[in-house]
Amino acid sequence: MLIRTRQNNPIRPSEITPEPIYKDRRRFLAGGAALALGLNLAPALAAVTSKNDLPKPFADVATGPYATDEELTDYKSVTTYNNFYEFSTDKQTPAKLAKDFAARPWTISVEGECNNPKKWDIDELIKAFPPEERIYRHRCVEAWSMVVPWIGFELGKLIKHSEPTGNAKFVEFETLYDPERMPGQKAGFFGQVLDWPYREGLRMDEAMHPLTIMTVGLYGEYIPNQNGAPIRLIVPWKYGFKGIKSIVTIRFTEEQPRNTWNVQGPSEYGFYANVNPQVDHPRWSQAKERRIGELLKRPTLMFNGYAEEVADLYTSMDLSKHY
Amino acid sequence: MFLPLSAAKIRWLKVVVFIACLIPALLLGYNVLTNNISGDPVEAMTHVSGEWALRFLLITLAITPLRRLLNLPDLIKFRRMLGLYAFFYAFSHLMVYIVFDQFFDWTAIINDILERKYIFAGMLALVLMIPLAITSTNGWVKRLGGKRWQKLHKLVYLIAIAAVTHFIWLVKADFTEPAIYAFILTVLLVYRLIAHRKKKLTQIKLA
Repeated sequence: MLIRTRQNNPIRPSEITPEPIYKDRRRFLAGGAALALGLNLAPALAAVTSKNDLPKPFADVATGPYATDEELTDYKSVTTYNNFYEFSTDKQTPAKLAKDFAARPWTISVEGECNNPKKWDIDELIKAFPPEERIYRHRCVEAWSMVVPWIGFELGKLIKHSEPTGNAKFVEFETLYDPERMPGQKAGFFGQVLDWPYREGLRMDEAMHPLTIMTVGLYGEYIPNQNGAPIRLIVPWKYGFKGIKSIVTIRFTEEQPRNTWNVQGPSEYGFYANVNPQVDHPRWSQAKERRIGELLKRPTLMFNGYAEEVADLYTSMDLSKHY
Repeated sequence: MFLPLSAAKIRWLKVVVFIACLIPALLLGYNVLTNNISGDPVEAMTHVSGEWALRFLLITLAITPLRRLLNLPDLIKFRRMLGLYAFFYAFSHLMVYIVFDQFFDWTAIINDILERKYIFAGMLALVLMIPLAITSTNGWVKRLGGKRWQKLHKLVYLIAIAAVTHFIWLVKADFTEPAIYAFILTVLLVYRLIAHRKKKLTQIKLA
């Protein structure tokens, strides 16, 4: 076999090179190229430097539980390969179109079946529920995956604080609807791409699970706009589309919410959307996935490798029916 | 309107067109090798090769109408090359799928073809392109005879329809892009229907 994959390499790059230097390799390469060519690249280099000086508000947060020790997906891939249809249906464009999106000030309304509804300012929320780093596998329904160092707090803590009533069986989430700021929401020739605003939902026990986090950062930074600023959901044992972005509403409901992709294609995207290598998407197999940065596919794990933590939530359910 | 070009000029033009058609592949190769692609290079290889296969198919189908409408009979001399480029990109598209997507997992590949209609449509288009690519030489035109060769190469209509269908069926939500290809293909096919009708009418009148 001539093709070597990273899996076979016993020494991970992160063990050799400290991450700041590793992430700075482009500047290093650009500097080397400039010297070699004798060109004056000073302005270009300055631009690269300022990009690396992004605020790192979460640089010192604690590392939370459940961290995988798999190699992190590099920052550039995490922030330039995004499914965010509110901006564009291709994966490279959200990073460009969301560049000037104003994610602050931002209000999240917690409402519905609860005794303590509240309109939270995003920074007030972060203060009330101090975030920590959670390094999770992230598996897209399209059969690719990443490993991301998210920064977030457990949704369960916010739920407890909101005191849901006995009627609260589900939690519904809604993304901002503002076509002026999210151009992908504008109707095109064939109408709207999806039924906006984007909606998602979790059963109460899924929402309360300590793996489920409200995510406000990644790689120590505020979460970039294209990744769902200023706050998104991460449910690591489910397909990525459950991780609704740029949330403005969290609502406790008695009925199971209708989630956007399920409305779009009921036979292709379920409400549960648990990662399951045995239940194929009608148009492609879910048995394998491509970890971004690797050439060949690797097997997909049941519940994305979190079976030990979450399998008992679904013991009595036929997962091929409740996909 | 246009003067016929000399054989020498056409030879030069052919070299230019040959290189131009290779540019998407070269750019893709360069971007993959220099790690200049965001996220998944395999996805990029799949999309670029597939899109260019479709584009070259439609360009090939546009040659006949353009010859007549622009009064440029010499365009026919480029059609074989353009058709072979459609095959080149389609074949690369298939190889990316077999090697990087499935890594020679033939059971999974056969399952894909049988169970997923968009893969079936794509595979149908590709398989039907093989006899056309093989019989694209002057030798084969002679061996088959002009009429039979032309009849065989009418398969290109079915191939183009299958290829556009492959694109429509694989889209998740936004149909704008495949709709553009479907529209162009429809125009090219309707043109032929009308031309065919006219020809028949004149034949009847002459008889």
